[in-house]
Amino acid sequence: MELFPKIGWTLLSLFVAINYGFLINGLIRKVMARIQGRFGPPLWQPYIDMGKLLVQRNSIMHGYMHWLGPIFRSVGGMGVYVLVPVVIGEPRLAGFSDMGDLLLMMYFMFFGSLGMALGAGDAGHPHSPIGVSRGLSQMTAFEMPFILAVVALAAHVGSFDINAIIATQQHGVLSWNLFANPFASAAAFLALLGMNMYAPFNIVGAPTEIPVGPATEYQNSYLSLMMIGRSALAIGKMVMFMDLFLGGAHSIGAAVVKILAIYFWSVFVGAVFPRFRTEQSVRFFLRWPTAFGVAGVLLTQWVR
Amino acid sequence: MKKFDPDRPWDLTTLPTTMAPQGSRPHAPVEDQCFLGAEADIKQPPKLQEAVATIKNWFRASSLNVLAFGTGCGAIELRPLSTSRFDMSRFGIPGAPTPRQSNVFIISGYLSVKTLTRVIRCYEQMPDPKWVVALGSCTINGGMYWDSYNTIKVLDLYLPVDVYVSGCMPRPEALIAGFQYLMDDVKKGKANGWHHYLENLEWYRENQKQVITDWDLPNYNW
Repeated sequence: MELFPKIGWTLLSLFVAINYGFLINGLIRKVMARIQGRFGPPLWQPYIDMGKLLVQRNSIMHGYMHWLGPIFRSVGGMGVYVLVPVVIGEPRLAGFSDMGDLLLMMYFMFFGSLGMALGAGDAGHPHSPIGVSRGLSQMTAFEMPFILAVVALAAHVGSFDINAIIATQQHGVLSWNLFANPFASAAAFLALLGMNMYAPFNIVGAPTEIPVGPATEYQNSYLSLMMIGRSALAIGKMVMFMDLFLGGAHSIGAAVVKILAIYFWSVFVGAVFPRFRTEQSVRFFLRWPTAFGVAGVLLTQWVR
Repeated sequence: MKKFDPDRPWDLTTLPTTMAPQGSRPHAPVEDQCFLGAEADIKQPPKLQEAVATIKNWFRASSLNVLAFGTGCGAIELRPLSTSRFDMSRFGIPGAPTPRQSNVFIISGYLSVKTLTRVIRCYEQMPDPKWVVALGSCTINGGMYWDSYNTIKVLDLYLPVDVYVSGCMPRPEALIAGFQYLMDDVKKGKANGWHHYLENLEWYRENQKQVITDWDLPNYNW
């Protein structure tokens, strides 16, 4: 495909993905409300929130890094999304997946958080660096099982290319890495709980304790940009997990269903469990998920 | 107009006429409703300006984030609002833990002078437009604290109140009803207390400094 049509299709796909992220966000609020016996806000409440944030006055900026933080955050999210193929054999929805591999995706995931951490540090509010330190230590902990899972898959396929990993899973449901590499999948899906930051791993932005953590000093259009970035990152991550473990998708409908299923895994876990403290979550990730990751790598070597 | 006398705070004749204790406000002109910095300078035909203001006000009214700041005993009535029995979130009213991300400040009951300094700080840090809901009799005339030495009696002298909810204590239903009044006012562009505060900042500052003797706040808490 030519470069310019490709950029156009990727931007269109990104736009749809961000909207899907917003709808999922509304759905999560609704589902959580129903779990707690409430009616909950309407499905389109994230859109209303964003509209409201855009028509507020911006009262304050704490310096250029504070201003750049949400931009880095959303660039990180969008970077992950444009590198994953959404539908197999559909070049218009493949993004730039032929130009980057899993390592670049993981870099983008880290990059967004790092930019946000720098921006939050510039805000000068004492709660921001507390949230940042909690977030970065938790991130370091869940990166361990996730990297081990990725290494296991890459060793199994012999490549970090996401298209090559998808190609090995096209021989029926049992060839999905979820079943072919059960230990790596367990490690990655446990790490996903930490990535999505629902309970029990929502200590980073713990409201009522450290008011929303890194985002304490962010408001209005900064927050709306962060909402966009968060949607793009969430959908990008879910598509990546779908491609890595659930065999990708052969149609848009299958992609929509699989993304929803992966997302709600962390939502339902979050609905049941209370919050971990930082050292508890670090300890959690460095025990069983890491052990599963090591077992996944060893199993791959043994099978070979 | 008589000068405000801190020894007789219940004397409502000292209030200026535009500051009715019921929280009613004169209808602000359209350009006040979209008082958004540089936007106010943009020359638009009045009809278009009014349509844009209506849309903006609908967004603002449909997503009111309440600052999690409980000042008095009324704070205990705020907790049930998020539970399944009353469920504030179905109106698009979640809690916001930081003033930077909130739009509504509920003064929930009596307000001691020491807390007033923090309330002023938080109120001024909230992005415009912002609204104040005064909960309970204490915010109207002091209530059962009418002769207390360290609580303020008439909240409207220190912060612009948009909606009063009277009672001691008002039930959560009363607060939800107050929220619906506030949402109606915001949609009609009538809830302009924040603008009134900015226009009459010296008057408010004078009143605030009369009760806060060890004043250490900056000119405005950005």
